[in-house]
Amino acid sequence: MAIDQATVRKIASLARIAISDAEATAMEGELNGILGWVEQLGEVDVTGVEPMTAVIPNKLRLRDDVVDADPLTGGNRRDDVLANAPAPQHGFFGVPKVIE
Amino acid sequence: MTELTNLTVAQIRDGHRAGDFSAVEVAEAFNANVAGAKALNAFIVETPDHALAAAKQADADRSAGSLKPLSGVPIGMKDLFATNGVQTTAASHMLEGFVPRYESTVSAKLWDAGCGMLGKLNLDQFAMGSSNETSYFGNVISPWKRNDGGNAALAPGGSSGGSSAAIAARLCPAATGTDTGGSIRQPAAFVGISGIKPTYGRCSRWGIVAFASSLDQAGPMARDVRDCAIMLENMAGFDPKDATSLDLPVPNWEAALSSDLKGKKVGIPKEYRLEGIDPEIDAMWDAGIAMLKDAGAEVVEISLPHTKYALPTYYIIAPAEASSNLARYDGVRYGLRDLPQGAGLQDMYAATRADGFGPEVKRRIMIGTYVLSAGFYDAYYTQAQKVRTLIARDFDNAFAHCDVILAPTAPSAAFGLGEKTADPLSMYLNDVFAVPASLAGLPAMSVPAALNREGLPLGLQIIGKAFDEQGVLNAGLAIEERAGFTARAEKWW
Repeated sequence: MAIDQATVRKIASLARIAISDAEATAMEGELNGILGWVEQLGEVDVTGVEPMTAVIPNKLRLRDDVVDADPLTGGNRRDDVLANAPAPQHGFFGVPKVIE
Repeated sequence: MTELTNLTVAQIRDGHRAGDFSAVEVAEAFNANVAGAKALNAFIVETPDHALAAAKQADADRSAGSLKPLSGVPIGMKDLFATNGVQTTAASHMLEGFVPRYESTVSAKLWDAGCGMLGKLNLDQFAMGSSNETSYFGNVISPWKRNDGGNAALAPGGSSGGSSAAIAARLCPAATGTDTGGSIRQPAAFVGISGIKPTYGRCSRWGIVAFASSLDQAGPMARDVRDCAIMLENMAGFDPKDATSLDLPVPNWEAALSSDLKGKKVGIPKEYRLEGIDPEIDAMWDAGIAMLKDAGAEVVEISLPHTKYALPTYYIIAPAEASSNLARYDGVRYGLRDLPQGAGLQDMYAATRADGFGPEVKRRIMIGTYVLSAGFYDAYYTQAQKVRTLIARDFDNAFAHCDVILAPTAPSAAFGLGEKTADPLSMYLNDVFAVPASLAGLPAMSVPAALNREGLPLGLQIIGKAFDEQGVLNAGLAIEERAGFTARAEKWW
């Protein structure tokens, strides 16, 4: 199914990517090309076939239910967490004002 | 004395151990090669001090009698692995200037094993590409040239194109790569080196910038099979920080290397004989079959009936996972922020992502967003997951009749930079032989097999059963011993 300019803009908006008119035009052709090609999957008979979610069977593990179970990813790492933030403020992530 | 930069990982390890040279001499020799190869653009960041510090430690450890498995071996690190205190970009503008405060599990294991880091290697942006032409930091140029007297710049393959070019040009003896749909094997084939993608889950994904989590798998690239085995032993292993990490012991792959394939069966998938493919690829494949027979293996024809659906399946699943994984780049917590004058939060997200992602990354996020969106999820994404089950089942059925599978790595030799960038689909098709093993999570490696008429390397691919890296490495070794591939790119850089 072909997608049009409006759909391209909708997808871009869902993906939170600003696009120009020229980009939307270019992308319309490219996305239609790729989607037209992947549509051949529709011809495969998948009756009774389970969708694959894990390629190697594996059981999901639970870590110990304690604070700071892993010192590297546990608590008290504020400065490390903020070290690469573009606009940290007072020990928090800074964002533009959302309430007028 | 042999030039130190011509030594393999095993030769450096053993020579250092024997006292033939110091680790500092090795590190300095490779640092000099790295510094002299800017024209290849293989590195985004060079870290000569890291390599030297590890080398000094290796020399001290030798004096103290406490050598580690890879003491004295400097390597290149694909810039997709988070390295503590060293910029990690995934070759994107989004992460330009990002300096992790932690170390990826795989890189940490290599440093613990005694390796030093020569630098962070260029790649396709967020590992999305097959030619290293999507990097924000410029194309990597293959050290190889066609023998037609022309001077066309060739692709080193992708996404691990900095890794492949650096090894082929003797800037490092080995490097890390990651493989989501061929990103270790195809670049290895393009520059005449070896590379193995292990079974999904062998190497921890913790600290690797995520692309498509159900497919991403790290692995080594090096000049020969033994070096791949050595490197993989020091990269693999259970990691509780990765929910999909395999809780299995790491075999001693190097010690068990054997090119004697008596009693082994090699499957030749008939669906991989593509119509219209370069006859030189088929000829190389036939030569590989003869080599494995010579090594004692029995060759059987097998069928992987859903092969033609592997690429379209991949180009739904990988972008879908990417669109989800890359949602984290929002200009708030790390990486780029683009805040237009007077913009609110939503506009900041959109501007940041428009500015921080390159065209191929945006294309894949858009495809992924579309196939996951309401109304299309079942038709595209669920259907692709079901076909993925069928593709994995094909391999299960085939492995009832054989131990390993032999196929070409790529449908062509290295192409010229710019030759495939106009049409994303033609670029995707270059991974036609690599993607099925990725979808099935199987170990697979590429070894150099021949030069084509243009004087460019071609690679053969061995695909193994899950967890049977040994079988893959052994068949690779049998080809390596018989192909006698010694060609290398003439230095022009």
